[in-house]
Amino acid sequence: MDIKAIKEQFPILQQEVNGHPLVYLDSSATSQKPIQVIEAVNDYYKQNNSNVHRGVHTLGSRATDQYEGAREKIREFINAGSTKEIIFNRGTTAGLNLVASSYARDNVGPDDEIVITPMEHHSNLIPWQQVAKVTGARLVYLPLQEDGSILLDDVKNIVNEKTKIVAITHVSNVLGTINPIKEIAEIAHQHQAVMVVDGAQGAPHINVDVQDIDCDFYAFSGHKMCGPTGIGVLYGKQELLENMEPIEFGGEMIDFVNLHDSTWKELPWKFEGGTPIIAGAIGLAAAIDFLQEVGQDEILAHETELAAYALEQMRTIDGIQLYGPEKRAGLVTFNLDDVHPHDTATVLDAEGIAVRAGHHCAQPLMKWLDVTATARASFYLYNTKEDIDLLVAGLLKTKEYFGNGFE
Amino acid sequence: MALNNLDTLYRQVIMDHYKNPRNKGTLEKESVTVDMNNPTCGDRIQLQLDVQDGIVKDAKFQGEGCSISMASASMMTQAIKGMEVEAALKMSEAFSEMMLGHDVDSEEMGDIEALQGVSKFPARIKCATLAWKAMEKGVHNE
Repeated sequence: MDIKAIKEQFPILQQEVNGHPLVYLDSSATSQKPIQVIEAVNDYYKQNNSNVHRGVHTLGSRATDQYEGAREKIREFINAGSTKEIIFNRGTTAGLNLVASSYARDNVGPDDEIVITPMEHHSNLIPWQQVAKVTGARLVYLPLQEDGSILLDDVKNIVNEKTKIVAITHVSNVLGTINPIKEIAEIAHQHQAVMVVDGAQGAPHINVDVQDIDCDFYAFSGHKMCGPTGIGVLYGKQELLENMEPIEFGGEMIDFVNLHDSTWKELPWKFEGGTPIIAGAIGLAAAIDFLQEVGQDEILAHETELAAYALEQMRTIDGIQLYGPEKRAGLVTFNLDDVHPHDTATVLDAEGIAVRAGHHCAQPLMKWLDVTATARASFYLYNTKEDIDLLVAGLLKTKEYFGNGFE
Repeated sequence: MALNNLDTLYRQVIMDHYKNPRNKGTLEKESVTVDMNNPTCGDRIQLQLDVQDGIVKDAKFQGEGCSISMASASMMTQAIKGMEVEAALKMSEAFSEMMLGHDVDSEEMGDIEALQGVSKFPARIKCATLAWKAMEKGVHNE
């Protein structure tokens, strides 16, 4: 992998921020976009923009072909059995909410249980809280090990006949934990529960094969994998989706409309009410082309190497707290003693280094870590070891800035 | 931007209030209690006000947050103690103006003027205004 050549394809990374070359270490929040993706969206608007599935005219056909072509590209990307199982929406949050509002409300009852973990992002937590409130079901949390991992024995002990849904993140956006979702899905299925995977931090980094994992639902976002914002995907097994009711009603999703009732289009369109996110889907398809050209396995290997290097280098800093397991995805969450992460992020920003600071939409996990906030550096294919060296130098400066002169 | 430009944000007096917060703790007397947080970043403050006859007799806070939010809370409680509620609200208004980068009467603001630099760091303005919003809520509830 030629990182220099890859980085050159990202126009945004060629700039200076506050007088320093930009070091972008916030890809877990959103990734940057290569020129191929920007141009795919641009070309669509310049040449083919039209509404899909209805126009008889040439532009309408082109837009429809591109939009449905993107669906096929995504089917192949996650190895789904059919494009009927690929639903476009505006992101992971929308996908998980569809499962919660449609599948869960119709299939979960008062004595049932929904199993999640304390490491979930709010988007894979609050929809289930709401389901529990409406249906009277119980939300059950798997315990975390000290390093933030899950034990399969705990899954075996906690998932039972009452469990209707097991909803777990593929990769933790705070700890970097990579969860054994295939093994957990198997346990869920032994008890006839469905397995829902929050793939927001998974699909961008790990080669996902939904048939091999055998999950029932897998939700992810385009913007975290070099695609545009506003486009996401929900994969669902066809037999489950067939029996689910739409949660958004209107144009695009109907078959026959009468004065007092209507029927729905077939899959996947019954879940895509309104004009869809056409440009977003086309941009996402271009992002997948880009990622596959670089090679997904190479990208993961690169990120794993960066994470290991970052841990090794950051450990040399006195008074730094590092969170999460040794074996992890490409991110490091940390705190400097006596410096609030906002202050750390502000000082790093002055050096041109972009990191995230806050609770990372994971307040229960912050409680579990016994902190109110943390800083996080996250890596993607365009990051280098030099970026990490600059981060470490920036952190040393932060310590110096806050440690000296103010006593 | 070199690190020394950060000095416009992290003024000495701010760091002093951060490291040695004034009025940190809880009031023993029955008082107005306001809990407020900044949901985007997790900063939180609990502010207690003892208001009698339209005057803020005492104020204490506890909470967790960055240097800017905690220093701002410390300075705010110090400033409003003994003030008429109306004057405290007026000061809060002036503080909001200051965060927008507008000029305010620096004599009236005292130490608080040190937070003016925050207006140049848009991402940090909410940190600075948290305690003031809590105070506004508190006196309105009273």
